[in-house]
Amino acid sequence: MYAQQVETGTKAVKSLAEMGPEERAFQEKIDAEIKIEAKNWMPDNYRKTLIRQISQHAHSEIVGMLPEGNWVTRAPTLKRKLQLMAKIQDEAGHGLYLYSAMETLGADRDEEIEKLHSGRAKYSSIFNYPTLNWADMGAVGWLVDGAAIVNQVPLQRTSYGPYSRAMIRICKEESFHQRQGYEILLHMMRHGTQVQKDMVQDAINRLWWPSLMMFGPSDAESPNSAQSLAWKIKRHTNDELRQRFIDQTIPQLELLGCTVPDPDLKWNEERGHYDFGEIQWDEFYEVLKGNGPCNRERLETRRNATQDGAWVREAAVAHANKKQKQQAAA
Amino acid sequence: MSEWTLYEVFIRSKHGLNHKHVGSVHAVDAEMAIENARDLYTRRNEGVSIWVAPSAAITATASDEKEPLFDPSEDKVYRHASFYELPDEVGHM
Repeated sequence: MYAQQVETGTKAVKSLAEMGPEERAFQEKIDAEIKIEAKNWMPDNYRKTLIRQISQHAHSEIVGMLPEGNWVTRAPTLKRKLQLMAKIQDEAGHGLYLYSAMETLGADRDEEIEKLHSGRAKYSSIFNYPTLNWADMGAVGWLVDGAAIVNQVPLQRTSYGPYSRAMIRICKEESFHQRQGYEILLHMMRHGTQVQKDMVQDAINRLWWPSLMMFGPSDAESPNSAQSLAWKIKRHTNDELRQRFIDQTIPQLELLGCTVPDPDLKWNEERGHYDFGEIQWDEFYEVLKGNGPCNRERLETRRNATQDGAWVREAAVAHANKKQKQQAAA
Repeated sequence: MSEWTLYEVFIRSKHGLNHKHVGSVHAVDAEMAIENARDLYTRRNEGVSIWVAPSAAITATASDEKEPLFDPSEDKVYRHASFYELPDEVGHM
């Protein structure tokens, strides 16, 4: 999930009878699958939760460009380099669609970005892991974008109209990301040397568990899920989506001829799902707190980029003002 | 970046349909808004024409006006073709 542990500010989900007339009308619309639009009445906590979730989602897209940016100059061929640049450009686009949806709620883009840079806003834990070899570009596309797709497909039906429409656009573009990642790995496994095949397995070993953590804590540890589900901001629980991701990924893993670092992974005929081992949640919470392998580096890169680009933004404003004056004088 | 203006973006696809609202961009002027909209909303041949308009220049209906504005059309079923029952012999009309 690109948004993890989004605080809803509510202790318990209210029943319709406990709500005032405005809130009841709002909840009845949601129950009837009618989209909430920017100008409609909405509870304050619904608005705040959405701003937190959409901004976190947008920040994840923007920070998500950094682990890949590392490989633009190191891509093995021109073809791979062009593909990687197109994917990174899409991610910038996805971040902007989401900031745009967030702004319809009255939030200010610069303020939210400032919260990211000062460490007050979160982004997905996954982007705090390093990308150490070329196979990581394949594994990120296949696993990380794959997990994002599992999360984002149901979000196309999220209750807030502008968020839903942004997700529809994003999902259309996202499958290219996953397919290009898988193709990188498949190519290495089928045509690569032993060293290259080992790189693929190494990338999967490092990224498998962090990819599963993307869906957020288990349902028992997700105090905010009930409210987000009642508001239909979220459509499925974290554990449901995680299971869906594992079930669809393992056959693809077998086709690659690789394994995942989980001795407990096996098909459970009775459940019709794969069983899997315990996730190391201590690691997840440490990364969220800012202590992952790359947290500091990611934020520093973002802050530097903003600072280094300040003169460009100032020049653009100065140029626009000059042109306006010239036009007024003419 | 408070001097940057929020523009709404409308795109016409090559299928000849109307311009359709797709989202918004920040820009210092309309020309830059078009360039940003090109980069953001037409990376895969989505359009052949772009309109941008400052968000502040758009007047929209308010949500509490919904009933007085749109209810009058609800009880006029005779405005729809399906209201008129014709015998099968007429064929497709």
